[in-house]
Amino acid sequence: MDVIIQLTYFVTAFLFIMGLKQMSHPATAKRGIVWAGYAMAAAVIVTFAWPGLHNFFLIILGILIGGGAAWVVAKKVAMTDMPQMVAIYNGMGGGAAGAIAAVELLRNVAHHGEMSIGLLVLAILGGLIGSVSFSGSMVAFAKLQGLINSRAVTFPFQQPINMAVLAVSLIFGLMYLFGVQNGTVVLWFFLLTLLFGVMMTIPIGGGDMPVVISLYNAFTGLAVGFEGFAIGNPAMIIAGTVVGAAGTLLTVLMAKAMNRSLYSVLFGAFGAVEQEGGEIKGSLKPMDPEDAASMMAFANKVIIVPGYGMAVAQAQQKVKELMEELEKRGVEVKFAIHPVAGRMPGHMNVLLAEAGIPYEKLYDLDEINPEFETADVALVIGANDVVNPAARREGSPLYGMPILDVDKAKQVFVLKRGRGKGFAGIENELFYADNTNMVYGDASDTLNKMVQALKNF
Amino acid sequence: MIDSTWAALYIFMLAAVAGYEVISRVPVVLHTPLMSGSNFIHGIVLVGAMVVLGRAETTTEQVIGFLGVLLAAANAAGGYAVTERMLEMFERKPKEG
Repeated sequence: MDVIIQLTYFVTAFLFIMGLKQMSHPATAKRGIVWAGYAMAAAVIVTFAWPGLHNFFLIILGILIGGGAAWVVAKKVAMTDMPQMVAIYNGMGGGAAGAIAAVELLRNVAHHGEMSIGLLVLAILGGLIGSVSFSGSMVAFAKLQGLINSRAVTFPFQQPINMAVLAVSLIFGLMYLFGVQNGTVVLWFFLLTLLFGVMMTIPIGGGDMPVVISLYNAFTGLAVGFEGFAIGNPAMIIAGTVVGAAGTLLTVLMAKAMNRSLYSVLFGAFGAVEQEGGEIKGSLKPMDPEDAASMMAFANKVIIVPGYGMAVAQAQQKVKELMEELEKRGVEVKFAIHPVAGRMPGHMNVLLAEAGIPYEKLYDLDEINPEFETADVALVIGANDVVNPAARREGSPLYGMPILDVDKAKQVFVLKRGRGKGFAGIENELFYADNTNMVYGDASDTLNKMVQALKNF
Repeated sequence: MIDSTWAALYIFMLAAVAGYEVISRVPVVLHTPLMSGSNFIHGIVLVGAMVVLGRAETTTEQVIGFLGVLLAAANAAGGYAVTERMLEMFERKPKEG
């Protein structure tokens, strides 16, 4: 039986790596996840034959409840809420790694130190990383879901206090390692690591959440890998380590796409900065959707800039209708996709693809920026920070982030729900520019009115 | 032969390199689905949680072990469903007319 288990794990590890490889190309991506899915199912099934197991009722119950609930929720939730879904499921994986560590450490107490010191180090490290990932991901989930304020929460001496919490939890880990092995030490170790995860995440603003979720994803991978060593499970070792490495690289790539360093994401408290100086000239000029539509009807070229507002309003289908109406009139329509528009890299691409907008109409930042000068209309749908010209000015909290040069278009329409600030909490001077008109209202309603106006024109 | 500690270190190193290589040069559009996909893959923690719960002796171990299985199963099932939904968007061939 052992041979079958090990062989299955071996194949599972291979399929995971191949699946991940396929997932990194658009054409084969779907096949990749399916392969990995079969591999996972096989690994879970053979694990029931692991020698010496009991508690089968509890195991099956746990799988059915946990897996079933997660499956139903993941299938039901709107595409726009996917980022926080990734956060919460990732956190759960971290929590599971932490739970494994906790049980192993408690067993080791009960059996008077049967584990070697090397395995204990790995179990403790995996427990630390796993529980930080768990509580941190839960905070990230709560921020994205709007359960708590997504702004960065800061207080004096924050970083020293955080480091102190981490240091004390490490001391408990070391105490365990060097012989003070009892349940109380294990309990305090986990309470403090959980607390550290929360404290590490609250000073991070909502705009940086994608990078943080990716980082915690890598953390969970690493924790799973370490616990794999601790309990001697090769499938966990390979899968966890691969995800740990891949996740770390992905985190760095994402941070780079946002022009932020990992350090500044974690310790910069972005978004807590108050807007200062920079008096904004001009005024907000509201306009009716119908008037904006008639101006677009006579344009030669319209560039649409989708943002989170489009996602929230579920307006992607309306965007497609607008595109079709404009194209009927011979207007050239292009889409400008900022790498971090929405809440995650690729978020807009996914939504527009869902609505059936052809791939080749979507342009990324470097391709589309030179074209704004020749565009008659730039239509900004619920995007804010990614079109804020303040990013070009030194001293602005947004400084250095690449933006779409929307303000260079002859006419700019901004579809926006209200007068609030963007995710970064910074006033947007684009909205006050002479060539900008604001079209207030729910993006879906506004676009609907525009489409109707174009049809009746 | 190399002893098991060294073998473990080699496995760790090779798996890390594999993970790094697999992801490099990935287009920005796939960042989010890939994060979600790797999120599913570490759901393999479920097999570890199963073994731990299966060997649990005291009530405390059973409770924590059960929690582990619960969370790990959610990670695996939810991670799969989310990734699949994201990748369905890419099923139409990128360059169709």
